[in-house]
Amino acid sequence: MSSIAKELANPDIKVPAEIENNLIVTSIDKIYNWSRRNSMWPMLFGLACCAIEMICTAAARYDLSRFGMEVMRPSARQADLMIVSGTVTKKMVPQIVRLYNQMPEPKYVMAMGACASGGGPFKDGYNVVSGIDKFLPVDVYVPGCPPTPQALLHGLITLQKKIDGQSIRTVRWYQPGAEEPIPVPILGPDLIDPRQATLLRQRAAEQAALAEQAALSPAEPPAAG
Amino acid sequence: MATAELNNLKLKAEDVKLNEAFPEAVSVETRKGYSGYTVKPENLVEVATALRDRYNFKFLSSATPVHYLEQGQMEMVYHFYNLDAGGGAIVLHAQTSHDAPTIPSLTPLFPGADFQEREAWDLYGIKFPGHPNLKRILMWEGFNGHPMRKDWKEAYYEQDGKPYDTRWPGGQVHRVEDKNPFGNNVAYPDGFTLEGWSEQAERGLYEAMPVDGKGVTIEGMQTDLVTVNLGPQHPSTHGVLRLIVTLDGETIVKLEPVMGYLHRNHEKIGERNTFIQNIPFTDRLDYLTPMANNHGYVMAVEKLMGAKVPERAEYLRVIMDEFTRVASHLWWIGFFLNDLGAFFTPALYMMTEREMILDVFEATAGSRMMVNYMRFGGVARDLPPGALETLKELAFERLPRKIDEIEAYLTDNEIVRSRCIGVAAMSADEAIAYSVSGPILRAAGVRHDIRKAEPYGIYDRFDFEIPVGQTGDLFDRYKVRVFEARQSVKILQQALTQLPEGEILSGKQQYQARVPAGEAYGRIESPKGELGFYVVSNGKPNPYRYHVRAPGFINLTSLGKACQGWKVADVVAILGSVDIVLGEVDR
Ligand code: SF4
Repeated sequence: MSSIAKELANPDIKVPAEIENNLIVTSIDKIYNWSRRNSMWPMLFGLACCAIEMICTAAARYDLSRFGMEVMRPSARQADLMIVSGTVTKKMVPQIVRLYNQMPEPKYVMAMGACASGGGPFKDGYNVVSGIDKFLPVDVYVPGCPPTPQALLHGLITLQKKIDGQSIRTVRWYQPGAEEPIPVPILGPDLIDPRQATLLRQRAAEQAALAEQAALSPAEPPAAG
Repeated sequence: MATAELNNLKLKAEDVKLNEAFPEAVSVETRKGYSGYTVKPENLVEVATALRDRYNFKFLSSATPVHYLEQGQMEMVYHFYNLDAGGGAIVLHAQTSHDAPTIPSLTPLFPGADFQEREAWDLYGIKFPGHPNLKRILMWEGFNGHPMRKDWKEAYYEQDGKPYDTRWPGGQVHRVEDKNPFGNNVAYPDGFTLEGWSEQAERGLYEAMPVDGKGVTIEGMQTDLVTVNLGPQHPSTHGVLRLIVTLDGETIVKLEPVMGYLHRNHEKIGERNTFIQNIPFTDRLDYLTPMANNHGYVMAVEKLMGAKVPERAEYLRVIMDEFTRVASHLWWIGFFLNDLGAFFTPALYMMTEREMILDVFEATAGSRMMVNYMRFGGVARDLPPGALETLKELAFERLPRKIDEIEAYLTDNEIVRSRCIGVAAMSADEAIAYSVSGPILRAAGVRHDIRKAEPYGIYDRFDFEIPVGQTGDLFDRYKVRVFEARQSVKILQQALTQLPEGEILSGKQQYQARVPAGEAYGRIESPKGELGFYVVSNGKPNPYRYHVRAPGFINLTSLGKACQGWKVADVVAILGSVDIVLGEVDR
């Protein structure tokens, strides 16, 4: 029995020895996940320093193609995996969300490095988003600044394991009803997450009320904030 | 040319007495720790013109603002160099009030000031009357305020300088987003809602492009100019650069780079950090040349501190810098070939060599890329056992052989030649006017390399040559880089042979550097060009002003001009030939 067959075959079902080499009995989930995990095409898309390590991982020495992941697609439409490799800035995040929305399902997101995972060394910068998970559902976080190629490979293998555990009955993209795209952030006076529009309105109302109060009672010192 | 002018060609900064030539407008800088002159803003253009035309200080290397909050002043600091004479800079300070600051633009005189003045407008809110295209460059149109001003506070603001009281000695670790009402790094002006508000971020980008005018003439057909967008997500923009291009058929009519997609607020964070905390941050500027970045920064601070660097450390710095240069140039060659259409195969070969070098960095500094290796007054770690042999093997055997191999395959390659020769040629005068530096300046025929013009560290001890090109076209840029890689190997061979024993750090390891008040500009020849760090200290543990003169950013100023008249396919090659790294362009 080939190793692939061993990996896939359902041990409970006996296949007659004479057709053992030609027939594998397996479950839909298994074969689906197996093909998915071994042809994970990342998007060719680098953001910052981490992208350099991503390129190195794809190059001769670390050789991503051992895992069936070397086919980097420049187009989001052909990619399965978005490796967010670097600092997510406010100016860039609308584009990243748009790219994610353009990826066909099934799709996965990996946050590579400290920046993509949580803002990293630049977290308190005025143009930095504290982690891509503020906007996209992240499947695997890879720590490091930058993660070494080995760490990235480990992250990718972890993603493969995660895929192994999925079932097409429960994954979110096969649920009834179309999945909503993620609302694209807006570049206003600061970055605006459209999902927070209500919160924005609430705060504006609170502030207006405070200002009104202050105007009504001029003797009082103005409310702080 | 008149004799007086001829003599001026070789004027050093010390020989120019601007205060005598312009007694009304210019005075010698008197603040302690400062150098150069103070110029009245209204006379700035006149003085700069004289510097350029009368004294031959034609190279405006850096123009950067400093906000002196207590004095209520905004100051522009200019560094002018005479490339024929070498040596230090003439520094001009022009001051204006920080409420509605205005300083005349130098862009009409020095086109290289274009992006730098736009940056000063964007981040400091300084208006430059006379600038042809003053709009935001790193942030987007409509952003609230000018974030580098000292009175502007970011959403995650805690305190003016690190270490933050809550962390040390308090030891209270907290998550900043928990304190933000939006749970994210954002803050809005009071009363802001989405109702009645409209987005302006993209406004102005396309308006500046020509729309009318006839397109290519094809018999019996009416054609128009088209404006297209390239990036920021595009495999050949070397990161997240964006280009807006107006095309006439396939010919470029106008091209404008749009940047800021990797603006990580390096300088604002740098001014909150302590001096020493900035060293690892410099690694992340041009992440292909972290050693060089470290070197530039520690040099600037060492100038302020007056720190001495032990011999062995100086040698180690040179060794690391030059290996970085080889690695960076090899990487560039690989990816330039990528841009020419040789998809990835050449890059794979180049990366193999780079990995060899990175191995030694990892063994020595502890990290492949983000080395955090240099310290004020030395370097952090000595070479581990066995590293010297590996380095010698690389410098004497492997790298020279590999560079020969590159040349054998590429230099006479017909496709490389026909894609490169004559494309985007740039004259020496043009390159100087655009403040271009590094290999592309030398390719244009200017023999200028800071390692020779204003030797730092121990570079005056080594025997090496500065390559120059003749036409400044893509092929010259390629050849200059190959030649430079060879010269770096030559320097390495000398340095590795001479490397003395001894200390690697003067004084003991410190967690806090004591930096006297004053300003300093440290510049080195990084693989990409002139990498300068302008640091102002006011005696506190944090730099008052921390500015990076990024070669990639300023070299991009010439891109629009260089691409004009070329074809779409050339744009990618021309952009590639500039050798930008977005971490440094956007900072
Ligand atoms: S995690 Fe570190 S290496 Fe990666 S992008 Fe951020 S700063 Fe660069």
